[in-house]
Amino acid sequence: MTISLIVFFLLAAVAVLAALGMLLSRNAVYSALFLILNFITVAIFYLMLNAPFISIAQITVYAGAIMVLFLFVIMLLGAEKLPQNTSIRWQYPAAVVLGVLLALEFGYVLVFQIGGLSTAAALPANFGDPKDIGGLLFNQYLLPFEVTSILLLVAMVGVIVITKGDKTTR
Amino acid sequence: MDWFLILEWVIKAVILLLFLTAGFAYVTLFERKVLARIQVRIGPNRAGPQGVLQPIADAVKLIFKEELSPKDADKVIFMLAPVITVIPALVITAAVPWGRSINLFGREIALGITDLNVAALYILAVTSISVYGITLAGWASNNKYAMMGGLRASAQMISYELGLGLAFVPPILLAGSMSLVDHVETQAAMGIIRWWLYQPLGPIIFLIACIAEVNRAPFDMPEAEQELASGYHVEYSGMKFALFFMAEYIKMICVSMIGATVFFGGYLGPFVDQFPILGPVYLFIKVVGILFWMVWVRATSPRIRYDRLMAFGWKIMLPAALFNLTFTAVLVLLTGA
Amino acid sequence: MINFSLQEANPMLAPEYIPLAILFILATALGFLVVIIGNLFGPRRPSIRKAMPYESGMRPIGVGTRRTPVRFYLTAMLFILFDVEVIFFLPWAVVFRELGLSGLIEMGLFLLILLIGFIYAWKKGALEWE
Repeated sequence: MTISLIVFFLLAAVAVLAALGMLLSRNAVYSALFLILNFITVAIFYLMLNAPFISIAQITVYAGAIMVLFLFVIMLLGAEKLPQNTSIRWQYPAAVVLGVLLALEFGYVLVFQIGGLSTAAALPANFGDPKDIGGLLFNQYLLPFEVTSILLLVAMVGVIVITKGDKTTR
Repeated sequence: MDWFLILEWVIKAVILLLFLTAGFAYVTLFERKVLARIQVRIGPNRAGPQGVLQPIADAVKLIFKEELSPKDADKVIFMLAPVITVIPALVITAAVPWGRSINLFGREIALGITDLNVAALYILAVTSISVYGITLAGWASNNKYAMMGGLRASAQMISYELGLGLAFVPPILLAGSMSLVDHVETQAAMGIIRWWLYQPLGPIIFLIACIAEVNRAPFDMPEAEQELASGYHVEYSGMKFALFFMAEYIKMICVSMIGATVFFGGYLGPFVDQFPILGPVYLFIKVVGILFWMVWVRATSPRIRYDRLMAFGWKIMLPAALFNLTFTAVLVLLTGA
Repeated sequence: MINFSLQEANPMLAPEYIPLAILFILATALGFLVVIIGNLFGPRRPSIRKAMPYESGMRPIGVGTRRTPVRFYLTAMLFILFDVEVIFFLPWAVVFRELGLSGLIEMGLFLLILLIGFIYAWKKGALEWE
């Protein structure tokens, strides 16, 4: 066991526990906090995989911006004080079916695909460098990048219609 | 594993934390003294000569205060919120260089915690995390003023974060790197005047966004005493209150450090090439200058109404920052700098 | 068997992030230390009146945490959209010199589409705080 493996397993435990905490807490604000913790651990994983840009972008966008939105929505709905027994009836069978499917998929990968998971190939010296990412993003992946702007535009129009639309029809 | 290297890192981290904590104590005194002078008063002058022991007296007083927590408050988050607020403030300057490397005990020691090649993004990430402590403090307090203050603070901080983030782009364009060390060295190569000419609005946008980001006057609506009874920390007392206070003043120091590095030459100054040890001194002087400006602004500007504050952030700061960055990009392209 | 290739692929955190980790751990310790000091030395004499939420000396009316206005949701959503834009700006700025004119046009197109949304938001009054 090397230090990096120990760190990896500690972080993995934190990530899994945070995910469990998010699912199991009754209070939606606690769930949001556990999710933030989970995002931050995932960001540290990216960092350990030599991808600092993705890692810090993950913290900025997911743990920062998106979770602030989640917190606002939770407080907007007053969702942190939901009554205890408000589960939807079809949720349990659906969860069981999906869980079994996931386990089967996981087992298949473990049994048949294990050779394909090994990534021991040496990384290029400047792997994950912002310069590299910029070069890739603005040459090879230019179209997805430009399409992102349309996606953002649609989201912007959507949120304005939802929050401002009722005023005109009232 | 090189244990001396790890020792060096630990020592530098401790130095930074001590500087920020001691800085917090003395920025409070500095602010009270400067405010007093601007208002033709004397300011605190009883504890020690010229009141230099005042921060210590304040700390001792706060340590022995009772800590209250309101009925129906969420105990865990109520306790965690001040800690969550202070950690981002303590770590945000990790990527700021204090000077060029010096030789000490036969070792080459880089002045600064670390040099990240994603430093600008790191600063943005830590800024976006620092919203939580305040929102959660407001939510956990079970108090209407605190809730309102926390929400206002977070909405204001995220709005001005855009201007802050966009103000980082022109320096990156010019330096071709996100590392703050490269920013300073590019300033050394270009000269500070040319650095500004390429981004005429940059420093102004950055400084205004910073004041909003640390919730200080004239953008201190979330903590407005008259309207919100001091906002998100109204229910806090004792050392937990001290932590919020500490976070706010440490953030002042931090944004001054970052601003001084990105827009005012950081550790550059006369003779810094011959004596790299002068670097931290110059950085310190520049930080004090920006802090003085912040106090000055507080002393002379009235508080801005909240709707106008948000409108200013979205309708003026954001377009101005976008214009500024387009201007820089076009100019870089034309001059091939 | 499962091959833990983590170590070969990557000899731990990149060295520039270890000081950051050290600073982060020390900062967290400092934060909790201050809270613990306050708990150790502060007196503890709770009373009903002290535990009341502060409402300018009046008896508190209703619950403290209420549902927030939808306005905050709108602001946070707009923030996310522009924050993603800022994230894209950063690597663009790093490689701008290599990209040259095409880089300016690419980002100009991206920005133009977002500016349409921004103007729409402005006209619809989404930037107005009411």
